[in-house]
Amino acid sequence: MKVREVLGRSDYALISELVPQGSQVLDLGCGDGALLAFLQATKGVEARGIELQPELVQAAVARGVPVYQGDVESSLSEYPDKAFDYVILSQTVQETRRPLHILTQMLRIGSHAIIAFPNFGHWRVRFAHLVSGRAPRTRLFPYAWHDSPNIHFLTVLDFEELVRAQGWSMERRFFLSGHKQVSGLPNLRAEIAVYMLTK
Amino acid sequence: MITETQTVRFPELSLDSGETLRGLEVAYEAYGKLNERRSNAILILHAFTGDAHAAGVDHEGKTGWWDNMLGPGKAFDTEHYYVLCANVLGGCRGTTGPASTNPATGKPYGMSFPVITIGDMVRLQQMLVESLGIRRLLAVTGGSMGGMQALEWAVSFPDAVCASIPIAATARSSAQQIAFNEVGRQAIAADPDFRGGDYYAGNPPARGLAVARMVGHITYMSDESMREKFGRRLRGREEFSFGFDVDFEVESYLRYRGSQFVGRFDANSYLYITKAMDYFDLTAGYPSLAASLERARCRFLVISFTSDWLYPSYQSLEIVNALRGRNHDVTYCELTSNYGHDAFLVDVGEQTGILRGFLARCQREVEAGQ
Repeated sequence: MKVREVLGRSDYALISELVPQGSQVLDLGCGDGALLAFLQATKGVEARGIELQPELVQAAVARGVPVYQGDVESSLSEYPDKAFDYVILSQTVQETRRPLHILTQMLRIGSHAIIAFPNFGHWRVRFAHLVSGRAPRTRLFPYAWHDSPNIHFLTVLDFEELVRAQGWSMERRFFLSGHKQVSGLPNLRAEIAVYMLTK
Repeated sequence: MITETQTVRFPELSLDSGETLRGLEVAYEAYGKLNERRSNAILILHAFTGDAHAAGVDHEGKTGWWDNMLGPGKAFDTEHYYVLCANVLGGCRGTTGPASTNPATGKPYGMSFPVITIGDMVRLQQMLVESLGIRRLLAVTGGSMGGMQALEWAVSFPDAVCASIPIAATARSSAQQIAFNEVGRQAIAADPDFRGGDYYAGNPPARGLAVARMVGHITYMSDESMREKFGRRLRGREEFSFGFDVDFEVESYLRYRGSQFVGRFDANSYLYITKAMDYFDLTAGYPSLAASLERARCRFLVISFTSDWLYPSYQSLEIVNALRGRNHDVTYCELTSNYGHDAFLVDVGEQTGILRGFLARCQREVEAGQ
């Protein structure tokens, strides 16, 4: 698989290649609906989104994406089992209070879960931490400790350990550095990790 | 744009109460142009005291009640859509209601008018829509009681609606909503001019109706919008009057709105329409709201406002969550506004973007045959 850039995001490029034509897709924390609108246009998916920020919800609805304005953590229980083919959580898991709860719900309401997250094990993060002796700030973690939306700092190893412990199966996994895919030493070299899971 | 209210007649309508109304008239206005496939029609459903004059300017120079949302380039873009709005059954602005002449007696119905429901209003609208040769509406939409009708349309005529857009609405009237309606009705009934509703030959119960409207107006605003609009400002004076004439700006405003209302609204219509709202409960006869909404096949766009305490967001969420539970196509936006329940009429900026995007998607999908 060749990694390209879609809407300025390499994880979007991967996700859109993973989602088949005409499937039912729910995007958690869908923002202004950019990914869903792209999937509607290119893959004819039946798209749904959840987003908390009112301005982003309005932007998504204005571009024709059906969005539910609400908090992802408390809004998944309403959906019936296997309501969607794919449930996407793109670079949001590190901002949620209860990641395990969300991942469990994703695999209940969807046949497949696609999760992309910034890898805190990347060498630049480790290096920044080691050298500065401060909470690391890199291109992926640009925030000062007090205004970062990130409240969980997970690595490729951490995530895979959780997946194994829960007994979920990893259908696909991809590691990205910039807009390039990396294969060896992902926990050191991947800036973004993308997983497709199923139960 | 000068708009013209038109009237159509229907021989009869069977009501939920079991009674039948004969010789009905429906007043409506139409804007824009119906396309060849007759697939671009939107039905606007007015709130409690609204009327068919939703947009443009009428012969008396009065601007329509949703003119800021309806017209070329606006939320309901008449360049693209054919938009209809009819006065509701039981109203007093051209559609048959208690002030109309009872064909059986030759006198105004008054309190002999049968009690009506939101379902009855919607069935009469459906007769109008059908008479205009429209088999499927692109959307039905309205705020407050208009939203109740939009919901009723979705479940009563599932094949005739592509999208339902209830705004600042509820699937069932709450105790608080019923309570305020009852205060209004009691104010009217307590007016000596009311005479059991048989006042058409003499003076209308103007004081009672004005008090009812004053209470209503308070419920349509928010604490914040009232603080901003009036605060504790005095009306035309520097000091208290130490009497019971108008001291405060807010008193003057409410008195003005109350007296203005008497000129355009019939007290009996007030009683009948509030009763129809009180009876509204989409779950009636069903084990749950979700079960009731299973009849619907259209897309939904549900909008609520943060400062609306008369139709609070939790009531919209009840609808949205029942629909999400069936994985139904539903969009939900809670808009930030200080205007309280009135927001759907005045705070149109954000509504416009949402509605335009949603309607464009609906039309795209309908044209694609979905």
